[in-house]
Amino acid sequence: MTVVQTPEKLTAKDLTSDQEVRWCPGCGDYAIIKGVRNALAEIGTPRENTVFVSGIGCAARFPYYMATYGFHTIHGRAPAIATGVKLTNPELDVWVVTGDGDCLSIGGNHTLHVLRRNVDVNVLLFNNEIYGLTKGQYSPTSKTGTRSPSTPMGSVDQPVSATEFALGSGARFVARSVDTLQKHLPVVLKRAHAHKGASFIEIFQNCIVYNDGAFSHFTDRKIAADTQVHVEHGKPMLFGQDSEKGIRLNAELQKLEVVTLGENGVEESDVLIHDETNKPLATLVAHMQPPEFPVALGVIYCEEGPEFTDAVYNQVDAAKAQNKAVPMAELLHSGHTWEVTR
Amino acid sequence: MAAVTAEEPQRAERAHVDSVIIRFAGDSGDGVQITGSQFTDTTALAGNDLATFPDFPAEIRAPAGTTFGVSAFQINFGAQSIATAGDEPDVLVAFNPAALKVNLKDIHSGGLIIVDSGTFTARNLDKAGFENNPLEDDTLDKYRPLKIDISKLTLESVKPFGLTSKEGLRCKNFWTLGLVYWLYGRDRTPTIDWLNKKFASRPEIAEANIAALNAGHAFAETAEMPGEISSYVVPPAELEPGVYRNITGTDAMAWGLLAGSQLADLKLMFCSYPITPASSLLHALARLKHHDVVTFQAEDEIAAACSAIGASYTGAIGVTSSSGPGVALKGEAIGLAISTELPLIIVNSQRAGPSTGLPTKTEQSDLYQSVYGRNADSPLVVLAARSPADCFEVGIEAVRLATKYMTPVIVLSDGYIVNAAEPWKIPNMADYPPFPVKFHTDTEGFHPFKRDPETLSRPWVKPGTPDLEHRIGGIEKSYDSGHISYDAENHQKMTDTRAAKINGIANDIPPQTVEDGAEGGKLAVVGWGSTYGPISRAVSNMRADGCDVSHIHLRHIWPMPANLGDLLGKYERILVPEMNNGQLRTVLRAEYLLPAIGLNQVNGQPFKISTIEAAIHEQLEA
Repeated sequence: MTVVQTPEKLTAKDLTSDQEVRWCPGCGDYAIIKGVRNALAEIGTPRENTVFVSGIGCAARFPYYMATYGFHTIHGRAPAIATGVKLTNPELDVWVVTGDGDCLSIGGNHTLHVLRRNVDVNVLLFNNEIYGLTKGQYSPTSKTGTRSPSTPMGSVDQPVSATEFALGSGARFVARSVDTLQKHLPVVLKRAHAHKGASFIEIFQNCIVYNDGAFSHFTDRKIAADTQVHVEHGKPMLFGQDSEKGIRLNAELQKLEVVTLGENGVEESDVLIHDETNKPLATLVAHMQPPEFPVALGVIYCEEGPEFTDAVYNQVDAAKAQNKAVPMAELLHSGHTWEVTR
Repeated sequence: MAAVTAEEPQRAERAHVDSVIIRFAGDSGDGVQITGSQFTDTTALAGNDLATFPDFPAEIRAPAGTTFGVSAFQINFGAQSIATAGDEPDVLVAFNPAALKVNLKDIHSGGLIIVDSGTFTARNLDKAGFENNPLEDDTLDKYRPLKIDISKLTLESVKPFGLTSKEGLRCKNFWTLGLVYWLYGRDRTPTIDWLNKKFASRPEIAEANIAALNAGHAFAETAEMPGEISSYVVPPAELEPGVYRNITGTDAMAWGLLAGSQLADLKLMFCSYPITPASSLLHALARLKHHDVVTFQAEDEIAAACSAIGASYTGAIGVTSSSGPGVALKGEAIGLAISTELPLIIVNSQRAGPSTGLPTKTEQSDLYQSVYGRNADSPLVVLAARSPADCFEVGIEAVRLATKYMTPVIVLSDGYIVNAAEPWKIPNMADYPPFPVKFHTDTEGFHPFKRDPETLSRPWVKPGTPDLEHRIGGIEKSYDSGHISYDAENHQKMTDTRAAKINGIANDIPPQTVEDGAEGGKLAVVGWGSTYGPISRAVSNMRADGCDVSHIHLRHIWPMPANLGDLLGKYERILVPEMNNGQLRTVLRAEYLLPAIGLNQVNGQPFKISTIEAAIHEQLEA
């Protein structure tokens, strides 16, 4: 293994390992890893203090391609292993890379708990709505009716919404981006890193082999402006070619609606201002689906809260303040003892 | 700490006995376990050797008065060395008809039966399944019954404290304990001190229980006992000189793991998920936070194993704990630790199975699971504790082997060892040589699977170490670079190397010794785990009768000590008593082609000494 000195200013290249990348040509993962390397270069954490933990699936190969510490583990369990890593050394930057099957099917339980505990790790969900590594079966995020080798007549079950699941689990940072949005993605990743606590980022990722174009109804450049709303804290939720459309809260019906500025007397002041600390609003925003609504991208919800490893070590400190840690020999003699003389 | 001498008999007519077995039994909520553990502590202070066997129902609070809700606590104490909780109790304390119904069959003829006659109401008799009142018919004819309305006497004794009738009746375990203390000349002071501390915030409860304790004691002293009931004094046992304490398997394991982590100079990260009977280890370690122990109650068994692996990856000693069904769930994660060659300790407090089985009953039927129970060729280290105190030694050994050989270690305990207590001569920590872990930091020629030529261990590098950033995972690695490798020849080499690493540990563990008897002869009784007590007593009894029989007890189940095959070859016959259907026997046969014979039971109870004696007899006669 070649040893490269960590240079003063980290670059994306410094974060690239010497391993040959094995993703299919044209896979969205290439774009994502580029975005992640760019974000990490800007964040600037020394490579030795960054750990990528992954489960199983195409996305899970990610750690091999990063010149940081990496642990490719078992299917669905990356959040649990990452929790052990962070709990042992809270100084490390811990990133979890997972796919829709890994995160929401076999590993759904661990995703729920790493989020509700608010362990300070960043969970990157590469959602391609399909099982790629096992050759194309439908996944828990696949749309009803998805035809696949295991569902030749189309899937019959309802998909789960990753962001709504994360919000329901108690995640305090929930965001969305798209593999090809190379300017948007690093910004979201940097926000996730800055958030103290569990961060959940759903990245829509195109699987060119088994589910090509799954998201083209809102990611195609030609229609993106009309089908995406990029939410930003404190700014109105405007979208469209000329930002002529907006999201309004219909207070009477307690639901969101799309409005066009200038039509029916709608003014910009009627458009909802995004408040990323407002969880009920985040839930409504995360729920928006085409064709009625645009897809919300960006930081949908972010609210600070007590972080898990901090709380654990606060208790350790409190226990130490209360009880002196005696040497082992003394501990063995604590409580009732008696001497046999004879 | 107090130096203990034999207590003076309070009355001239106190008879001396060598050992006594008492069983306390009652409803789950009757405080039977507290009564038992108080008697245990007090008995240890009287200088007796002892062994205990708590036996819980699976239901936390089964309907009162039913036979399936009966909880029991047995203690065997005496002037001689005590190896087991005993076969047939001499004394049964039954708090209700159901407790009498369930336990009477175990009491030896002429045994003392103390019953709370106040609970023998028509309704309770019906719930216990008695057609007639056993206190009135011939049921107790072959025993010495002592019928006392303990409920009524307890309520009278606590009257001054203004408790409700329900609260008052809760004191009857201490009333009864007072009576039993008088019978065996025990000092009430430690129990009074314990009550005052336990109920410091509710002094009226402490006072009521103390009053009940004193009243029971006074009743025994002053009441006109039936003629045949006399009190006993059990002289102190001949224990090796030293400082002793009582210890349960749970506490010994917690301290052993902590001591091991300190000797290795590592942080102890204990990640577990509640399961009977393993949860008590999580509880014990959660109280040791001031010793830098971090405990994590994970969302499930798999997450518990995985977070412990994450901890070891990051440079702590990761420990997870469960019972058989939970260990089954951890299997894939254990395979990851084998493949990535990370230290991991898995403590299995075995219970009766399969599936949910009998969660509160003891069994040692997870040996196959430990040695063989994973996909692919997945060798690891398996150790077994023989007694509550032995958990300390085994805990330390587990940390030593896991860290030196970068391997998972399964530690087998069981429901009996976890809950039982025994006096323990406190070891001198200076006798344990430290084995501090040196994390790899040298960049020269580094790759993550570059092995130590002697141990075949790979280097342990903590994330955070500059210039050694590397990736590991469950995919096969190249022997030469540590990178992913799909090469078939390389897989052969890595599989062989993983096996050789574990097999090599046989040369780094003590050679197998013979516990009792000659190194060779007619018969070896080979055991592992908690059968140690009954086997050792049975072999020692048979040897006292002049029989040619030896006792060999294994701590290292996998790999086995290097000399074991040769040693076993020196005996004409090999008998393997196990609380399973013959798991160690199969392994011994497979490894050494020896015609080992099994003595097997899975009735949820430890072996009786007499059962093993009969089997030894049969083998020697054959």
